Amino acid sequence: MRQTRATELSTGLFVLLGFAALFFLTTQITNRGLSLGDPGYRLTAKFENIGGLRVGAPVSMSGVKIGQVEGIDFDNSEYKALVVMHIDPKYNVIPDDSDASIFTAGLLGGQYIGIGVGGSETYFKNGDQITFTQSAIVLENLVSKFLFSFTGKNGKDEEQAQPPPAEDKPE
Amino acid sequence: MIAAAQDLWLSLRRALETLGAMTLFLGRLAAYTPVAMTRFGLIVEQVFNAGALSLVIIMLCGLFIGMVLGLQGFELLQRVGSEEALGVAAALGLVKELGPVTTALLFAGRAGTALASEIGLMRATDQLSAMQMMAVDPVRRVVVPRFLGGVIAMPFLAVIFSAIGIYGAQLVGVQFMGVDAGSFWSQMRAAVELEDVLEGVLKSFVFGVACSLIAVYEGFNSIPTAEGVGRATTRTVVISAVATLILDYILTAAML
Amino acid sequence: MSSAKTAAAPVPGAADANDVIVEIRDLYYGVGRRQVFSGLNICIRRGRITAIMGPSGTGKTTLLRLITGQIVPDRGTIIVDGQDLAKMNRRQLYDLRKRMGMLFQNGALLTDLDVFENVAFPLREHSDLPERLIRHIVLTKLHAVGLRGAAQMTPGELSGGMARRVALARAMVMDPDMLIYDEPFAGLDPISMGVVLRLIRQMNDALGITSIVVSHDVHEISTVADDSYLLAEGRVVASGSPKELHASHSAIVQQFMTGMADGPVPFHYPAPDYTTQLLVRDKQ
Repeated sequence: MRQTRATELSTGLFVLLGFAALFFLTTQITNRGLSLGDPGYRLTAKFENIGGLRVGAPVSMSGVKIGQVEGIDFDNSEYKALVVMHIDPKYNVIPDDSDASIFTAGLLGGQYIGIGVGGSETYFKNGDQITFTQSAIVLENLVSKFLFSFTGKNGKDEEQAQPPPAEDKPE
Repeated sequence: MIAAAQDLWLSLRRALETLGAMTLFLGRLAAYTPVAMTRFGLIVEQVFNAGALSLVIIMLCGLFIGMVLGLQGFELLQRVGSEEALGVAAALGLVKELGPVTTALLFAGRAGTALASEIGLMRATDQLSAMQMMAVDPVRRVVVPRFLGGVIAMPFLAVIFSAIGIYGAQLVGVQFMGVDAGSFWSQMRAAVELEDVLEGVLKSFVFGVACSLIAVYEGFNSIPTAEGVGRATTRTVVISAVATLILDYILTAAML
Repeated sequence: MSSAKTAAAPVPGAADANDVIVEIRDLYYGVGRRQVFSGLNICIRRGRITAIMGPSGTGKTTLLRLITGQIVPDRGTIIVDGQDLAKMNRRQLYDLRKRMGMLFQNGALLTDLDVFENVAFPLREHSDLPERLIRHIVLTKLHAVGLRGAAQMTPGELSGGMARRVALARAMVMDPDMLIYDEPFAGLDPISMGVVLRLIRQMNDALGITSIVVSHDVHEISTVADDSYLLAEGRVVASGSPKELHASHSAIVQQFMTGMADGPVPFHYPAPDYTTQLLVRDKQ
């Protein structure tokens, strides 16, 4: 009819632009990223305490990010946290006696999983579980450990283990 | 004192009546939607009017809001030593709140007033009566396509706004203020979930329904004089703004 | 034909049931505190041009809306082409309206469509005719009103007279049985008025349809109308052919037909006594 072609074209472009923006938002800024036709494989690990580890946290080896945490669950039989990691397909020669530890990035940063390389000649396959794990270091536990070690040396009971700040080791 | 209280009561009652009338009108529009879809060309034209023609203002405002976010956010975050969280702050702020809400307000100002005055003018010049006389239901032919055009256009506009805003924040934060690009994007990616984006889209859809409804309702029910149409457009902007902000709170609380 | 009557119950000519296309009996309608019609009786004969005249504000446009079923009377019956409007549902009303064409006071053309599309509007909405046929019909109707060359213009570019002619083409495009004109001469220059007059007469004769013209341009409408009704105070105060109305002895008919400033319709809007009001102000 009347100028409909120009109108339709412009509207089509508008809608296309909108979808492009939506695509950008959902893939470029979220942690799901572009996981279409998802290559790569999964490993699991159980921890006593995962601390502040969240889904999407990086999994790295020697400081290089090789994957990310895909899911966090609770194992009812062993009463441990079960973490599912998604590893990029090009890192497929990880010895199957490697360990997984939860580290903190920086002093107060987010937590991530670091894989320490083992010496085995067989490698992890999709669905394997990392048996050697080290839980996150929780600050409170660290402090109370330090306090208890202090009282243990003196053989005094806990109440005296409130050392004045000045006598503490330098922070 | 009593008179003031009475006036307040009357205003409240009128507000409630309008709310009820608008809801009923919405029901009518919804009932007509399947039929109106058969004349898809009309709807396309209205998506063009409400969406494509609003693009310039949306993109411009999105860019500058993003840039201000980048600037302001950088300065504030610097005080607590976390400039690298700028990406997170900008992305979350835009996608969840600023994008949907600001777009809705801009939409009400540009597209909403256009809708209201167009329909109001048609009523004032007897065009709607003429249609009735020609056995064409003016609601189906004129009002519903405009309503649907607004509802469809809004989420797209909001998403475009957010995307350009993030670009603006990146422009200021990374290019101008020197935040590390890697940290900017990686922290953002780590913190922003797909749910956040979808929440924003849902919000903008709801705002779209509300603002479009208010615009077409005011236009359709305006007093058929030049003055009446003017008042209708003013009311459209005011009521849309208030409704958007109230709905924003309700939706945010519900989705948290 | 019978001589002109005054007051209620006029039926010009031998109005046997077959001849009357619209019959309004004992109509009462009020809006708010204002009683628009109290006991209105009108018969519109098929195939004739009927003029409905009256001073401003007597509700002539309201009458048209009642005839087309856009509003519902408080009391009384309206029968259009043998059907009682009160008994019709929305679908039947819509079907009825398809057989009527109405020309609004300002043309009421759709501003977002050009002239061609405006005239084609009813066809596109109500029929599935192929594009070729639509084009054929639209151009024919535009030719009948003399505006075939203006088909691509927009309503904003048309003069008042041209807009009204386009509206006439649009009203005719579905070949209705009845054409209703609401103040077709208002605000037109003499030439345009002549054109519209000619068209009204031609359409009526050529197509054999019924025309109802609401107007207060006495001179103009008297030249083409077959029957006329004069409304005042919510009732018919005179009816008959225009010649009969001119010859009437009723005061109000005379005032209207000759355009006297004062008479049964007073010059002064009701106000308190003049001297008293002036003196009171002087004292202050």
